[in-house]
Parts: sequence; structure tokens; C-alpha cells
Amino acid sequence: MTEIIVVTSGKGGVGKTTTSASVACGLARRGKRVAVIDFDIGLRNLDLIMGCERRVVYDFVNVIHGECTLKQALIRDKRIETLYVLAASQTRDKEALNTEGVKKVLEELAADGFDYILCDSPAGIEKGAHLAMYFADQAIVVVNPEVSSVRDSDRILGLLASKTKRAENGHGGVREHLLLTRYSPRRVATGEMMSVEDVKEILGLDVVGVIPESTDVLSASNAGTPVILNEESLVSQAYEDAVGRLLGEAIPLRYIEEPRKSFLARLFGT
Amino acid sequence: MRLLDLFRRPPPSAQLAKERLRIIVAQERSARGGPDYLPLLRRELLEVIRRYVNVDPEAVHINLDRAEGHEVLELSVALPQKS
Repeated sequence: MTEIIVVTSGKGGVGKTTTSASVACGLARRGKRVAVIDFDIGLRNLDLIMGCERRVVYDFVNVIHGECTLKQALIRDKRIETLYVLAASQTRDKEALNTEGVKKVLEELAADGFDYILCDSPAGIEKGAHLAMYFADQAIVVVNPEVSSVRDSDRILGLLASKTKRAENGHGGVREHLLLTRYSPRRVATGEMMSVEDVKEILGLDVVGVIPESTDVLSASNAGTPVILNEESLVSQAYEDAVGRLLGEAIPLRYIEEPRKSFLARLFGT
Repeated sequence: MRLLDLFRRPPPSAQLAKERLRIIVAQERSARGGPDYLPLLRRELLEVIRRYVNVDPEAVHINLDRAEGHEVLELSVALPQKS
């Protein structure tokens, strides 16, 4: 059985592509066959984050329009052999994607024996975002602990509950997971940032992961190496945990509290 | 400076964010799934009411409840106090 997971958020810049790349790597490193698809037509970016931008010959839209085969367009990752990337097209034609075409590609991947298909959604609630979520079995809703991101995520939850195939067929809907990014335990402790519990309570979703704010994310995208592969980083460990939870493992949340400093350390600022 | 930091608490803006979100999310969720004409209906009703009473735009609440087999459109208008 192939599981289709959409990575979505509504708001831009919250970490959808970073999350898609790292979760895809995490699943593939556990031996799953994974394809990760960039649905952001016109603004291709997943290839850069995955570090395969110079190997893109054909893209998602070429496959849909029958200009190449799916096999020709799938880019095999050089680090993990069960991981494949399907790049977005650079076309400015927003109508390049259509429901039938997307369905055909997903079915072909399923028939080819892929365990997971990750759909990296564009920001917004237009066609690309709609098609990225339409066939999903599960959704990872990426949220920053910040008002506009939380509100937009709630809009997305409304769409997941009504504008997806599972919702239309009454197959129990899409399984939704909350993933918080750019989390700063220090600012939560001082009351400047909403906590995991706050966001969880507002959106009413289970938390699949909490990714701490870190400069490692930028370094990883600079290098074209998904941040999960930088094993020394807390971000990598947080994504690793999230992948485990997606697979049903019971892993307690880490890195959501500020390490306690002693009174003297705080006094002298060490 | 560090010593002063211990006594200076920043305003707890996260609490404010949470309260605001709770209200707006609840409001948007109740409108969701309802017919698309609700916002327009609300605006037009408000215009009619305003011809007679000067009410605040925030004072008109429209709610659509679905019970078994029937729907109830609930409209509540808070009239301003006579001064």
C-alpha cells in the first residue's frame, strides 16, 4: 500500500520544503521507497533543498503532458538509494497541473511499488495547493508558533476536511498531523512565543514534531543537504523523531524546554 | 545589566496571541461549511438595519445551526444603548 502524504501550511516560508525533504530522507533511510514531488509549479525549489538542481532534465508537468516517461523524470538521490525526487516545472502556466494528470502520476508511482509519496505543497490555497492535498491519505501541517501561520493552518485544515478525495468519498478523511517549526523554547519560557500546548489547543491536532529554531536549517539549504542528514544538529534529531512518530512509534517530544540555568549562571550571564 | 534582566519581565504577548487566535479561529470555523452567501447576507442585513438604527458592524451575529433534518438561521443584533 502506498501512503500519500501532503506537506502543507497555507502560509509561505514556514518550512514546508525543508520538512518535505527531511521527512522524505528520514523515511527512505528506514528502507522505505519514497518519492517526493514538488507541486510548486513556476517556483521550483525542492530540487535545491535536495541538492539535485543540476540533474533536473524533465519535470512533473513534462510527465503529465506525456513529453517524457515518469522514469525519465524521477531523479534518484545520490545519498539514499530508495529516494526519488520529481521536480516542479518552471512554466508560468498555472493550469499546467490537472486532477487527471496528477492522479495518473500518483497511480503510476503506486504501481511501481513506492511506499510513500510526499507532496510538497505550494503556499496559498490555489490550484497547486489544492492538487497537492487532493489525493492525500495523511497531511503534515507545518506551523510556526505565530498568529498568521496558525490562522492559515486552520484554513488548510478546513480544506483538508472538505476538498480532498478522502473527504468527498467519506473514507474517514485525511489523517492530520501538526508539525511546529522555528520553535524557540527560550522565547516560550519568557512568554514571547506560543507554546506547543497553545498551538495544539487552538488547532485541535496531535503534534507529530517540534523543530527548534536553528541556523542549521540555513546551512543545510546552502549546501543542498536535507537538514535531517546533519546528525549533529538538534533539528535533525527532531525530524528523526517526527519520522518515527509518523510510522507509529511512541516518542516523547524533545527540545521543547529551555535547559535550566542555575541562578548564578543567569546572574553572570555565562 | 544581567542583574536587571532578572527583574524585568517582557509583556506576555504569547497569551495575547492565543486569545486572539482562539476567537478568530472559532469564528472562522463556524462560518466554514455554511453557504457562501452568509457574509453577503450579513452585510446586506446590516445595511437595512442601519437605515433605522445606528448599530456597530460588530453587533450583528449570524449563525447557521444544523439539527436533524432542518437548519436554523439565527440572527442577533445588539442595539446601541439610548443615550
